[in-house]
Amino acid sequence: MSTIVLKGIQKNYGAVQVIKGIDLSIDDREFCVFVGPSGCGKSTLLRMIAGLEEITAGDLMIDGQRINDVPPSERGLAMVFQSYALYPHMSVADNMGFSLRLAGVPKEERRAKVAEAARILHLDNLLDRKPKELSGGQRQRVAIGRAIVRKPKVFLFDEPLSNLDASLRVQMRIELARLHDELAATMIYVTHDQIEAMTMADKIVVLQSGIVEQAGTPLELYHHPRNQFVAGFIGSPKMNFLPAKVTAVTDTATTIALPSGASLDIPVRAGGQKVGYAVTLGVRPEHMRLAGEGELLGEVMVVERLGGETFLYTQLNDGTMLIVQADGEIPTGVHERISIKLDPAACHLFDGEGLAIERMERHPLANLRRLPTRKAS
Amino acid sequence: MHPKTRERLVLTVVGWLAAGLIFFPIFWMILTSFKTEVEAVATPPQLFFTPTLENYITVRERADYVHFAINSIVISVGATLLATLIAVPAAYAMAFFPGKRTKDLLLWMLSTKMMPAVGVLIPIYLLFRDTGAIDTRWGLIVVYTLMNLPIVVWMLYTFFKEVPKDILEAGRMDGAKPKQEVWMLLLPLSLPGIASTALLSIILCWNEAFWSLNLTTSEAAPLTTFIASFSAPEGLFWAKLSAASTIAIAPILVFGWMSQRQLVRGLTFGAVK
Amino acid sequence: MASTTTAAPVPGTSTTVGGRSQRNVKTLPLVAPSVVILFLWMIVPLAMTLWFSFQYYNLLDPTVGGFAGFENYTFLLTDPSLWTAMINTIFLVFWVLVITVGLGTLLAVLFDQDFYGRSIARLLAIAPFFVMPTVSALVWKNMLMHPVNGLFAFFTRSLGLPAIDFFGSFPLTSVIIIVAWQWLPFALLILLTAIQSLDSEQKEAARMDGAGPFSMFFFIILPHLGRAISVVIMIETIFLLSVFAEIYVTTSGGPGLASTNLAFLIYLRALREYDVGGASAAGVIAVILANIVAVFLVRSIAKNIAD
Repeated sequence: MSTIVLKGIQKNYGAVQVIKGIDLSIDDREFCVFVGPSGCGKSTLLRMIAGLEEITAGDLMIDGQRINDVPPSERGLAMVFQSYALYPHMSVADNMGFSLRLAGVPKEERRAKVAEAARILHLDNLLDRKPKELSGGQRQRVAIGRAIVRKPKVFLFDEPLSNLDASLRVQMRIELARLHDELAATMIYVTHDQIEAMTMADKIVVLQSGIVEQAGTPLELYHHPRNQFVAGFIGSPKMNFLPAKVTAVTDTATTIALPSGASLDIPVRAGGQKVGYAVTLGVRPEHMRLAGEGELLGEVMVVERLGGETFLYTQLNDGTMLIVQADGEIPTGVHERISIKLDPAACHLFDGEGLAIERMERHPLANLRRLPTRKAS
Repeated sequence: MHPKTRERLVLTVVGWLAAGLIFFPIFWMILTSFKTEVEAVATPPQLFFTPTLENYITVRERADYVHFAINSIVISVGATLLATLIAVPAAYAMAFFPGKRTKDLLLWMLSTKMMPAVGVLIPIYLLFRDTGAIDTRWGLIVVYTLMNLPIVVWMLYTFFKEVPKDILEAGRMDGAKPKQEVWMLLLPLSLPGIASTALLSIILCWNEAFWSLNLTTSEAAPLTTFIASFSAPEGLFWAKLSAASTIAIAPILVFGWMSQRQLVRGLTFGAVK
Repeated sequence: MASTTTAAPVPGTSTTVGGRSQRNVKTLPLVAPSVVILFLWMIVPLAMTLWFSFQYYNLLDPTVGGFAGFENYTFLLTDPSLWTAMINTIFLVFWVLVITVGLGTLLAVLFDQDFYGRSIARLLAIAPFFVMPTVSALVWKNMLMHPVNGLFAFFTRSLGLPAIDFFGSFPLTSVIIIVAWQWLPFALLILLTAIQSLDSEQKEAARMDGAGPFSMFFFIILPHLGRAISVVIMIETIFLLSVFAEIYVTTSGGPGLASTNLAFLIYLRALREYDVGGASAAGVIAVILANIVAVFLVRSIAKNIAD
């Protein structure tokens, strides 16, 4: 059992407040990802949980115990650093066994535990090497091994994959997910890469300027972003935003008019919206298709062909840029004029403050959790 | 000839010429030490002659070189060890837990080195006389420790700052206490830096001539005093003076040459990031 | 009204006391030994010097004694020798810096090139750094610059020119040459390390942009060396302000006061004239000068080095 609860956590550097009161709870065995643009405070928050940064105000609890003032090594956590932070003067085995050595664990037991961790991570043949003799991926494994050896309640990862090349990153991503399943431990993972967040997380916490914008399952954030920031941050390529005006409000939909003159019925609860209000329409590139009688007309400026799909960077008649995802087979070329049809059910509407207007239907998978299936213990 | 090869040859000539010019005074001194006194002052200067060891023999008869050399070694190494021992904790604190005043403190330390030693010679001399520190090795060790402490702190500070913070934090996560952090992580990691700091400190101690001349006479006198004893009355005996000088600088020169790779790498004072 | 006078803590949040670091390391006991002994090393002699500087105190004449007030200072400050010594000090520091940084940069660029036997040549070039100041001064004085038997005299005579009496005619310049020779390797070592740390891609990019050797030097290498040059200036200044052995061995400050710097002036006062009071007053002035230099020069340079 290891649940983590943050209550009103704040961090000040002098007069500058970088973490502005965060409330969050992370369940046992949950894979929780902190994601956000650089400078949003995600790393600082992780380091506060680790005990490397002092908590200015608020309570940090693990399993119901307040641990604000407990030294890092006694919190039952292990951390994997972005730079791996391997001890360059020690062999792989010594790196992994360092914490045990400091804790006074007998040599034989230490060796057995290191060997066990090495087996899990396929490091068996590298135990006598020094870190500088390892490749990037191997170093990464050693850093994880160093964490595993301690059998911590909680694993902390600070952008662990950002120094790896693309293919290795995908491979490690899969391996981390497998490891999470195998170790059945709580993990907190910091990244700026929303793909890492979407693929690994049970729970994503989107941070911006020291506050939590939204916390939820990957699909909840994808289908029900709470505001324009989250909507733009999750999903790739980015969601398109278009200015619009409310023209009619009914019980089942809100009708908006686009600058092009086209009109759409979006299935959202109008809430406080009234006719004449300025709103923003959000629509993902994958929720548009090319059709003869579309709502939007524009000229293709750039074509990106990925093989399976094609992205069309399109300039609308009023000058707005729009990214459209189309089939990989379409022959459309640069400077061709296209007509785009939107899927109203997949559209998002944001009010003047940038807050999402609640959708009529909740997505069926929005609450799907990916918690590891408990093995017989 | 390939232009690259020609360029390399030109560079070789220029490089060796520059090095030769810089080294020439030392070369000439060593050469003179193998001449007779007559050859040493001969005009035109003699480049080819029958080398003699007679000067070295005379020097050995006149003064106990080994005694002076041992003093130099003990004092240089002793002062360097002591200064490093005192400086490591200070540099550690300043590099990893800097406060608002840390930089000012460092600069103040350096500024104490600007004080001309002569300015405080009389008080120090009187203090040494009253405490019985005159002409003792430990007395000179204390003075040299203080003399080099600011430089040692400064250099260690710059080396410690280069140690990735992540590694120390990883150690902290692994449960290292401050002492273990310093002994098991920081010192092994910054060993090259500590080595070049110690090297520089030893060189500075070895060559120091003001305090050694004024605070020692015989018992604890290092090689600088040894040279002085040859230079004052024997100023005109160039060959013997050269022989004495050669054996006085030989240990540190050889030591410096052997460790120059370390020195070249480490002697940056934080100038290279 | 009463509520405005009590600052109640925000309920629901607990605040850790003070701004201590999470490491719980008390830095004071770590820094204290260095600071305390350096402070004592500075303050005790300084206090004694300050005390002596207000006394009549002559080692040769025990009958002279008592409080002198500012007499030692007025005597010193009205004595032109102080100003001569001060100007000599600054002159020496300045020119040695110019020579060592200038030649050091050129040599660093040279030794950065690949040529046959470079590592041996580099060993020779850094050798003067390991030589005791007394020895180097003796070698230069007796074997190179001696007006009768010196090697330089031989060369000038071979060219049919009269021998130059270095220490008689150009005493300060001669001292500057010797000191610069000693410190050239130091500048070379630091600048060479700095040049070698220059990103080779940057050099390649400049070459692609059409930079020749000269524009490469002035627009790429020299700006990169700024920090290293600052370090050389700072460290050398510290040592050059108190040059002593080289003057003592070669010119003894003469002829007259032509090559006397502040350090040597104090020495003359204290140990030649046995005037402890006057020497102490000069010492106090030297300390003040050192601190002025520290404030102006080192501070502006060192601030950006310590970053």
